[in-house]
Amino acid sequence: MNVRAQVSMVFHLDKCIGCHTCSLACKNLWTDRPGTEYMWWNNVETKPGTGYPTLYEDQEQYHGGWVLEDGKLRLKLGSRPTELVNISFNPRLPTLDDYYEPFTYRYKDLIDAPPGEDQPVARPVSMITGEEMEIEAGPNWDDDMSGSPVYASNDPNLRKVMNEEERRQFFEIQQLVYFYLPRICNHCLNPSCVAACPTGAIYKRGEDGIVLVSQEKCQGWRMCVSGCPYKKVYFNWNSGKAEKCILCYPRLETGQAPACMHSCVGKIRYLGVLLYDADRIEEAASKPASELVEAQREIILDPFDPEIVRKALHDGVDEKVVEAARKSPTYRYVKLWRLALPLHPEWRTLPMLFYVPPLLPVTASLSQQGRQELATDFFSSLESARLPIRYMASLFTAGDEKTVISVYRKLLAGRVFKRAQTVGDIPMDEALKALDDARLTADEVEDIYHLTSLASFEEMFVIPPMLREVAIEMGVDPHEFQEERGAGFVRVPERGL
Amino acid sequence: MDAFWFIAFPYLALALAIGVGIYRYLTSRYTYSSLSSQLLENRKLFWGSVPWHYGITLILLAHLFAGLFPGAAGFILGGRIRLLVLELTGMALAFFALFGLIVLMIRRLPTNSLVRRATSYMDGIVLGFLLLQVATGVSIAIFERWGSLWYLRTAVPWFWSLVKLHPDMSTVATLPGFVKVHFVIGFAIILLFPFTRLVHLVMFPIHYMWRPYQVVIWNRRRGRAAVQPTEIIR
Repeated sequence: MNVRAQVSMVFHLDKCIGCHTCSLACKNLWTDRPGTEYMWWNNVETKPGTGYPTLYEDQEQYHGGWVLEDGKLRLKLGSRPTELVNISFNPRLPTLDDYYEPFTYRYKDLIDAPPGEDQPVARPVSMITGEEMEIEAGPNWDDDMSGSPVYASNDPNLRKVMNEEERRQFFEIQQLVYFYLPRICNHCLNPSCVAACPTGAIYKRGEDGIVLVSQEKCQGWRMCVSGCPYKKVYFNWNSGKAEKCILCYPRLETGQAPACMHSCVGKIRYLGVLLYDADRIEEAASKPASELVEAQREIILDPFDPEIVRKALHDGVDEKVVEAARKSPTYRYVKLWRLALPLHPEWRTLPMLFYVPPLLPVTASLSQQGRQELATDFFSSLESARLPIRYMASLFTAGDEKTVISVYRKLLAGRVFKRAQTVGDIPMDEALKALDDARLTADEVEDIYHLTSLASFEEMFVIPPMLREVAIEMGVDPHEFQEERGAGFVRVPERGL
Repeated sequence: MDAFWFIAFPYLALALAIGVGIYRYLTSRYTYSSLSSQLLENRKLFWGSVPWHYGITLILLAHLFAGLFPGAAGFILGGRIRLLVLELTGMALAFFALFGLIVLMIRRLPTNSLVRRATSYMDGIVLGFLLLQVATGVSIAIFERWGSLWYLRTAVPWFWSLVKLHPDMSTVATLPGFVKVHFVIGFAIILLFPFTRLVHLVMFPIHYMWRPYQVVIWNRRRGRAAVQPTEIIR
């Protein structure tokens, strides 16, 4: 066992209203430079939908992530020699067409236009060339399904789980349902971007598990962009380097929440520390698809177990980190309550951001009579859900429906119990029976309810001090470690010729 | 005049290539790469970059091999059929590279295109010199047959005389003009190397073949006896 810490996030999807505030906070902070205009380190997708970049989930096209071959993990992108052979032209690279050509408007025309018959208009111009352009796509072009079945019906997950006829029925207007999926870099335990980088410029920070691209080392071979199945590494066309979500580490190191989390209107995000066993990463990532979620839960360790705490301290995890892990909201959602699931575990990168699957799209049809159903009906409703359980399973559990159902049972039972308690239109013994079926206790429901609905920001965002004070402790010449730590360049990073 | 181009200039080019190359690596490693524009334009790049890189890499390796091991090269080229096959292969590769290069040039021409935003004037200079070099190379292959053989008796001794610091240009002085141009542009490209995107040549990440897949870097290793700045799993 080798204990390490990982800063991890949980998204409660039932609370996401799809307002894109997180995306904009991130954009304004990090990606407003030339070359990064098209990058959305944080984006919010409508599901079912094609996502950003378009159809990124289709790994037959992009070859991201890992595959299991004869029990061994291999990059889907290809072997090491294959990658080197393809280095002058990466056949799996998404191009700007798969994202969008970033644009702005020539607002000045509104003021400068000479007097005339017509109202002046601000023409759209490309943010890359400055030329006038027709806007054909954007990062959230399929927002709210975009009034068209085109995007949703091309969702790779939907195509996988529904046949033609089922999809036709799904797009009958009465049946239509969708939800939002905010995505940032998953800061995986087994990152395929790191493995795909020929130079070795991408690395995982030992202390907090944040995955970063060294801008000095990166030589722009672009393999990480294809290697990441989530398409969360982007290529800066201006600097010729790869860039990605940095989990706002400069903010974390000063005790602030990442910008996306801090600005979240629905308070859907939780951030905390998880302890995990680094020796079992490969083992967990090599399990059969249906066991991947459970294997990942397995290697997340219990910070209350004295044996594990002792080992953690021995392995160099600071006491304060263990303390934070005990208060971690993500530990509760992921491991204790087993409510939060990783996105697309079948890509075998062990993503360390987790999602509480949304209840509303599943149960929406039940509220037609205007009142809640009894507990027993809730459970049977899972089979007749508007958005089929197997769609959720293809998103969050590599197709394993049992795990998704057990999450939904808990979410539903908790809701029934609280309703019996506060509204009283459901008999308490029904509610208790529901809890029993979902293997939950009343106390647990109270805790879940509290953290989901009532928690303060201090409970949702728990990180240890990031040990910056140790990094420049007394007696150590700060220049001695200048090369090893800190952010930024001594000189302005400019492209050479 | 020949003395400048065939003795002084090669030394100048090599000195600058090595000196400035090292200086740029040490002071500005950030810029030590080729600026890929594949994100902005993909289709023409395929027809340009692939033929160009495969063609020119093999041709350069052949030049290098024959230059380093003239005896072995002479032996291989000794048979008529082998000579014919190798010359034809070389010529085919040269045309392959030339085709790619022309596509790469056309790709960067339109002034209002996306790629143009990622193009510097030095890219134009590099492309121009490369085109001249490949064009003279192809004409040598066509008009001065069996270059792979006479190369061993003309350019290679001259090259080795430069290496041994006893410059002797007698073997190349009498060659036709466009052959001489080929040699001079070759060294001009070496001179351009540290000032342009050509630096990516020496950055080919061959160490990817043996580096561990996962890289974990610690700010400072705490608790453990052995302090390892880079710990690597698997």
